Amino acid sequence: MIYFDHNASTPVRPEAREAMNEALAGTGANPSSAHREGQRARAAIERAREQVASLVGADPAAVTFVSGGTEGDHAAVIGMALANEKRGRSVAISAIEHHAVHGAGEVLGRLGFRVTHLPVDARGYLDPATVPAAGSGHTLVAVMLANNETGVIQPVAEIAARARAAGLAIQCDAVQAAGKIPVDFESLGVDALVISAHKLGGPKGIGALILREGTPCEPLFRGSAHERGRRGGTENLPGIVGFGVAAECAARELAAEAPRLLALRGRLEAGLRAALPDTVIHGERAPRLPNTVNASFPGARSDHLLMALDARGVCVSAGAACASGAVEPSPVLEAMGVPREIAVCALRLSMGRGTGAEDVDRVIAALAESVRAVRGTTTAAGARGA
Amino acid sequence: MTPERATPAPAPGASGAAAPARRVLAAMSGGVDSAVAAALLAERGHELTGVTLKLWCYGRSPVSPRACCTLDAIDDARRVARRMGFPHYVVEAEEVFRARVLQPFLDAYAGGRTPYPCALCNQHLKFGDLMSRVDEVGADVLATGHYARVARLEDGTPALLRARDAAKDQSYALALIPFASLGRAVFPLGDLTKDEVRAEGLRLGLSVWDKTESQDLCFVPDGDYAGFMTKSLGETRGTREGPFLDREGRRLGTHRGIIHYTVGQRRGLGLAAATPLYVLAIDAARNAVVVGPRSALECAGLATGPVNWLMPRPPEPGARVDVKIRYQHRPAAARVHARPDGSATVRFDAPQPAVTPGQLCAFYQGERCLGGGAIEHALDADGAPPAPGRGAADKAGAGLVTIALS
Repeated sequence: MIYFDHNASTPVRPEAREAMNEALAGTGANPSSAHREGQRARAAIERAREQVASLVGADPAAVTFVSGGTEGDHAAVIGMALANEKRGRSVAISAIEHHAVHGAGEVLGRLGFRVTHLPVDARGYLDPATVPAAGSGHTLVAVMLANNETGVIQPVAEIAARARAAGLAIQCDAVQAAGKIPVDFESLGVDALVISAHKLGGPKGIGALILREGTPCEPLFRGSAHERGRRGGTENLPGIVGFGVAAECAARELAAEAPRLLALRGRLEAGLRAALPDTVIHGERAPRLPNTVNASFPGARSDHLLMALDARGVCVSAGAACASGAVEPSPVLEAMGVPREIAVCALRLSMGRGTGAEDVDRVIAALAESVRAVRGTTTAAGARGA
Repeated sequence: MTPERATPAPAPGASGAAAPARRVLAAMSGGVDSAVAAALLAERGHELTGVTLKLWCYGRSPVSPRACCTLDAIDDARRVARRMGFPHYVVEAEEVFRARVLQPFLDAYAGGRTPYPCALCNQHLKFGDLMSRVDEVGADVLATGHYARVARLEDGTPALLRARDAAKDQSYALALIPFASLGRAVFPLGDLTKDEVRAEGLRLGLSVWDKTESQDLCFVPDGDYAGFMTKSLGETRGTREGPFLDREGRRLGTHRGIIHYTVGQRRGLGLAAATPLYVLAIDAARNAVVVGPRSALECAGLATGPVNWLMPRPPEPGARVDVKIRYQHRPAAARVHARPDGSATVRFDAPQPAVTPGQLCAFYQGERCLGGGAIEHALDADGAPPAPGRGAADKAGAGLVTIALS
């Protein structure tokens, strides 16, 4: 089995697994307890907080542990919108945000907020000039750092500068970027940054919201003063420990891993082009994550390709799934103006730590075979139906 | 040479503990039958890929939870695949479903015919679109939960047979599937009764084992076809009021639109008469519904549209067959003449009531289903179409409407 779906989730690093095992075996105490055992548990959490902060160049005090990217996005978008409510009840969200951010926007919509969407160009790139001006009633802009489907890296620092100049808070979902490219909270200049452990070799169910000191943000979960009152709920100790170790490993490997993956991406794209000359690579002309290729193979629908590839031992993702699980044209590709008949043929190939050149070559061969098979039956079905 | 009377040998792998493991694409609607069919094959060691065809956009159209292919049904299919440890996919088939099943369904009603969409769905979706995906996923065969059997004749020709359980037999609904697909079809339930299938489902721990069976068309779960066509699909053809006529052309009353009626129908006509009146024919060209006594429903024969023969060559002219003219019809002895244009004419040994244009006419010899075709019109004893409704069915459905699902 060749796993080319690392943007969906990537295997837990052995170091993280080991640390989690120790955490599970080591103490049963509550990190909030005042006794010695409680303090040991607290120490493990604070150590992880430093590791996570270090990955994104933030102050450990800015890190709040949450259950993952979706909670982090909700906590930041809704929390900041509520905290700024007296100044205005409009928020701007980029059209290509992850469902988690759009979902937070829906919650705000239910609360009577106005949600506007910032467009992207054909490259999948957001123009900083579209950031709402001061006086528009907006209080918040949400723009992701790297798109989960196309891997296109947005000009967040520039967008943040404009947002701050206009008096808007800025939230940035860096779930897909962290661990794949350098992410620096300070130079990005955002107020809130969200990352998730399972995208960088940590466990599922844990993430972090990094909030600039002094940024008004109302907590969603209230109760005891966990996480300095920013997020109620007893901490997920093994998850946090695993996250910390994974973040540390990712930070250490980044300088070598990013160019290695970039070379594999080049090999993959060149190989696909050679085997299937009409391959369309989405976001090709924009800066992209080194591990992600989003490509359409015209005439071969992605739901059929998924099955065909699975039968050949290759795991990939298609654009987006509807409620039934059937593949639908991705809203991200739609926002980029990709025609529907091309969008329904899109696959996301995402590589990771274990990926080698031989895997890339096998995926190219399997894809070429699958695309031909799907096109063959589609043409035959069309001819039969005609 | 003609092998129709040959004793069918069991199909390889059909009942097969000893059969070699094969790669199987399993069509799964979410119901108990297709679930048990797939699970039995998985249990026997075959390598399965489960597929549910998505026929609707569930996000926008309300569908009863009882029907197949709803969101809940897709979850049910997925759960079975998870339990049995094989992958499951949902494949988009809305376009094919609309073009090949829904549109002909609408056109038939608009033309005064009564369609049988299940046969089209099997023909174009399961044994058309999905069968073509068998190679794509590197599988050998396609398995479904139909109650039917496939056997090999002595010369290796595949033959479609009735299910062992006559009450559940679905070979009729399979009469239009491409002959070429028969050799790659596997029906694991062909030798089981419905009770046995439920028992197997229970034994295998499948949550769907006692799931209610859908009795109606999966896309019209409440059975209100006219309401579905007009409200859900925006159909306007065949909805205009018009005359009820007797066989002599006398007006007896006003009907609600021809899509509300089918040949043989007695209830819901709202006509007072000394003897019960039945719908004898629907004349779409005149927007009329012709009614008369039950005796007038009897027909000596029928003519079909293009026939799908599940055999290498059509049977000899005048071959003796049993003919089934609707799902619940007890097959009637007849002679069939295949015609050069691909259609066929049938002469019953004894007249049959309610020969309904649009319904499927399937041909049998013993256990074997030889194929079938849509009924074009009835024939009288002289081999001519009876007067009422003559030629009416052909023309009116020509104008297409665009289907807009609300």
